[in-house]
Amino acid sequence: MASNIPTDLRYTRSHEWVRKNADGTVTIGVTDHAQHALGDVVFVETPQAGRVLAAGEACAVVESVKAASDVYAPVAGTVVAANGVLADAPERVNSDPYGDGWLWCLAPGEDAAATALLAPAEYETLVAGGG
Amino acid sequence: MVSTTPLFERHEARGACFVDFHGWRMPLHYGSQIEEHHAVRRAAGAFDVSHMGILDVQGPGSTALLRRLLANDVARLGEPGRALYACMLNDAGGIIDDLIAFRRAADGYRLVVNAGSAAKDLAWIQRQCPATGVELRTRSDLAMIAVQGPQARARTAALLAPGEAAKMLALPGFGAAAIDIGNQAAFVARTGYTGEDGVEIMLPGAAAGPLWDALIDAGVLPCGLGARDTLRLEAGMNLYGNDMDESTTPLESGLGWTVALGDGREFVGRAALEAQRAAGVARKLIGVMLDDRGVLRSHQRLRTAAGDGETTSGGFSPTLNRSIGLARVPVAAAGAVDVDIRGKTLRAHLVSPPFVRLGRAVTAP
Repeated sequence: MASNIPTDLRYTRSHEWVRKNADGTVTIGVTDHAQHALGDVVFVETPQAGRVLAAGEACAVVESVKAASDVYAPVAGTVVAANGVLADAPERVNSDPYGDGWLWCLAPGEDAAATALLAPAEYETLVAGGG
Repeated sequence: MVSTTPLFERHEARGACFVDFHGWRMPLHYGSQIEEHHAVRRAAGAFDVSHMGILDVQGPGSTALLRRLLANDVARLGEPGRALYACMLNDAGGIIDDLIAFRRAADGYRLVVNAGSAAKDLAWIQRQCPATGVELRTRSDLAMIAVQGPQARARTAALLAPGEAAKMLALPGFGAAAIDIGNQAAFVARTGYTGEDGVEIMLPGAAAGPLWDALIDAGVLPCGLGARDTLRLEAGMNLYGNDMDESTTPLESGLGWTVALGDGREFVGRAALEAQRAAGVARKLIGVMLDDRGVLRSHQRLRTAAGDGETTSGGFSPTLNRSIGLARVPVAAAGAVDVDIRGKTLRAHLVSPPFVRLGRAVTAP
């Protein structure tokens, strides 16, 4: 099944996406490929606003009918908001992974720019290779 | 080496997401496991369960053999065309497998066993089998389709010739009969693993495809093993290998009702069960409902006022919109419990299964 990989985002090897917002914050979620692999999402736990995250830190949990999966911070920074809609509508992660199904919003730390993220074409190669 | 069922190409064509289950490549879901679950609770769903083991036991010694091998008593079946649920035990009373035994003739039975246990079951039965008087035959030539849900029997009957449809609709619970489906001889049972009404149809592999297609055309939704698991969990039915195995007895697994001790019949495991009962059964299998937000999974630690226990199955209940599970706990445990989920302590409470029966939430006592 072909995955939707928007060209205006950056990606991680652990299947998160990162969107740079105009105000300097970044929004983070899981990719279409990830939601499809997880199956129906039934519970999402997001990090609290104010929490300081290191790059690669496990900070959210997406539980599907199949299993619980950690979601990792793609870049270091401070959480500024989490998607409260998911508490009552976790299925948004399946139906709109790049929109209503976003997980949290982060103010990147000073060293965040150094973190290597994947370009859309690189992520597409990763997914095509079975990653 | 992975096996596939005669319906594999059809599952592939529908875009199924597959899972390897005890050496079989089986559909996990066809898009949304939750939609499939609801279809079975509200209308009708079809499951390819051709991976299950089918073993015919025939001959003048078959009744005596099964009365010795099964903790439930096939002599209770009376006339051909009836079935019962039973555990097959080892000498220590541990459960080798759970199965359904159908009486098909005065001296003929059919056992339907778990896919993951089929080879082990056959070896065990062969070891116990007398030299003459019993013939064992594995029926890997047969496919099996479970049609489940409040509309399951009506939608299946609509595909049959009138006389055959009447025969199918007249089956009582745990009744079974030889019924022709499209000129093919099939064996149809009013059994299932979902807590809903329905039938399970065993028929030659080559005939399974046309029946599957006709069921879908009749509005029956194809369902995968994912929905099968959440449906059986809501129905409070054990999954072999999760909720019970060779290290647990029926008395510790909520299955005391399937053990026929009354008549003094000698069966494998009887002495161990009697000794366990005399000493006092220490553990029980019971339902768990999560009160906090989260999802129960198997092997999570439960803390009860009577001591620690462990979840044996867990998941999300689409009907109740909350997480439920089964757990093995000290026999005195009841009421509120704490459960360790991924490093956090969440609140839950113990209930008597089932959670859902015939489409409705069952209020726990």
